[in-house]
Amino acid sequence: MLNDITMGQYYPVDSPVHRLDPRIKLVDTLLFIVAVFLAQSFVGYLLLFGFLYGVTRLARVPFRMLLKGLKPLRIILILTFLLNLFFTPGEKTLVAFWGIRITLEALRQAAFYSLRLAFLVAGTSLLTLTTSPVALSDGIELLLSPLKKIHFPVHELAMMMTIALRFIPTLLEETDKIMKAQMARGADFESGNLIARAKAMVPLLVPLFVSAFRKAGDLAMAMESRCYHGGEGRTRMRVLKLTRNDGLALGAMLLLIALVVLEGVLL
Amino acid sequence: MQQDMRILLEDVSYTYEEAAAPALSHVSASVRPGEFVAVLGHNGSGKSTMAKLLNALYIPTEGNVIVCGYDTRKEELVWEIRRRAGMIFQNPDNQIVATVVKEDVAFGLENLGVPTDEMLPRVESALAAVRMSQYADSAPHMLSGGQKQRIAVAGILAMEPSIIIADEATAMLDPSGQREVLETLHALNRQKGITVVWITHFMEEAATADRVLVVSDGEMVLTGTPREVFDQVDRLRELHLDVPPMTALAADLRAAGLPVQPGILTVEDMAKEVDRLLCPSKSAT
Repeated sequence: MLNDITMGQYYPVDSPVHRLDPRIKLVDTLLFIVAVFLAQSFVGYLLLFGFLYGVTRLARVPFRMLLKGLKPLRIILILTFLLNLFFTPGEKTLVAFWGIRITLEALRQAAFYSLRLAFLVAGTSLLTLTTSPVALSDGIELLLSPLKKIHFPVHELAMMMTIALRFIPTLLEETDKIMKAQMARGADFESGNLIARAKAMVPLLVPLFVSAFRKAGDLAMAMESRCYHGGEGRTRMRVLKLTRNDGLALGAMLLLIALVVLEGVLL
Repeated sequence: MQQDMRILLEDVSYTYEEAAAPALSHVSASVRPGEFVAVLGHNGSGKSTMAKLLNALYIPTEGNVIVCGYDTRKEELVWEIRRRAGMIFQNPDNQIVATVVKEDVAFGLENLGVPTDEMLPRVESALAAVRMSQYADSAPHMLSGGQKQRIAVAGILAMEPSIIIADEATAMLDPSGQREVLETLHALNRQKGITVVWITHFMEEAATADRVLVVSDGEMVLTGTPREVFDQVDRLRELHLDVPPMTALAADLRAAGLPVQPGILTVEDMAKEVDRLLCPSKSAT
């Protein structure tokens, strides 16, 4: 039913990329985003594409998984392309019809903008494809831990993320169960216009919310009975250690940025 | 000094906020270390309230609850009590915190601040004790209900408690899952001497305990060994509690005038008794 959410879906294989420290992967993803914004020419984008493709191969993730991540974005991508194509002013006219003029500059900008968007999404979905949600929330917690000094609730945030991730499958199962129960009583979730369908969701959402709140209450009690009392004095079973590969990954990303910048300056 | 490992309830009453009647009223009981005690009662009898009192999740309105020598009233002792008296809840889904089995087992240890290098061995031995080692890296939602409850047991076990309280831990499981969990707790009780407080409404489960406490309408109405308790067939029926079929049969036979001995729980007991009645000479052997 609700299985086609590729963004944030972990692709569980063992690869050097999967084994990288989540902190490094987070930083690398941020740097990749920077690189995407620095790229100013087709050669730059080619470099980015090469890098992305190489990492995907190294991660043993099928490249079509990345493309699948772009699918929900296709309308925005097309819109970005068309808007830029029609409304960017330029000198060299390529074609003109019905008073609309498409220029070379417009084509160039339209291509760049949509490519940029596609790269941003593909790059971040590569992070979530190769990093388990747990590792990701660990990485975020550790990266944000300096913020504890200004009393930012880093641990609480990470705990909330972990619990949310833990309960996604449980709540999906629950949704499925309630849906079937309501369908057995004649509820119709599939036909009608948008408003009718939204209305049909009410008998689904109300029990789901009630159950989620009950679960939250139960879980809080179970956590308390297992001595949970916040982040203070807490230790962790999994300790992240940086390895040589993590250094290499960071180095490779910096090199990519350098190349993109150099290429922009030279060409 | 040897620590007092008993659980003591001293004239305990508990009233929920805004409730008219107390959920538990004037209950006194004690559980010896190493004992397997079943608390039997209907829904709403107050047995779950009792479980939560033992873990300092609730503080008694009146009376005292002493766990391992610690009074649950003393706020600073709460963590000591919860470390020594672990609790398993009814819904297997709602007590698993982490997304990987072994990390969930480690959750309690992380909370206690156990050093990282000590953690993994403790998690592994806890998983081995509930025979779930091969699932250490699985996702909890892929497991069966019985397996999830065993993970919950392992999570408690890793904290090396002296008492495990199971609050209707089998109520949401299928029969094979129920057996799995009950057997696991019995094994831990036998092998590690862990005190078990098994809260249930299943008479069959209560019958496997060393001692049964029957709770009804917030009061403790019967206590004793399963044989002693279940022999009071009329009293149990009055309380609308199930009676083991063989015990009920024995009572009916007795009522019909047959000299059936008290203390019959299982089919084996009944077979022996019938044998004894039919051939009195053989019973000497």
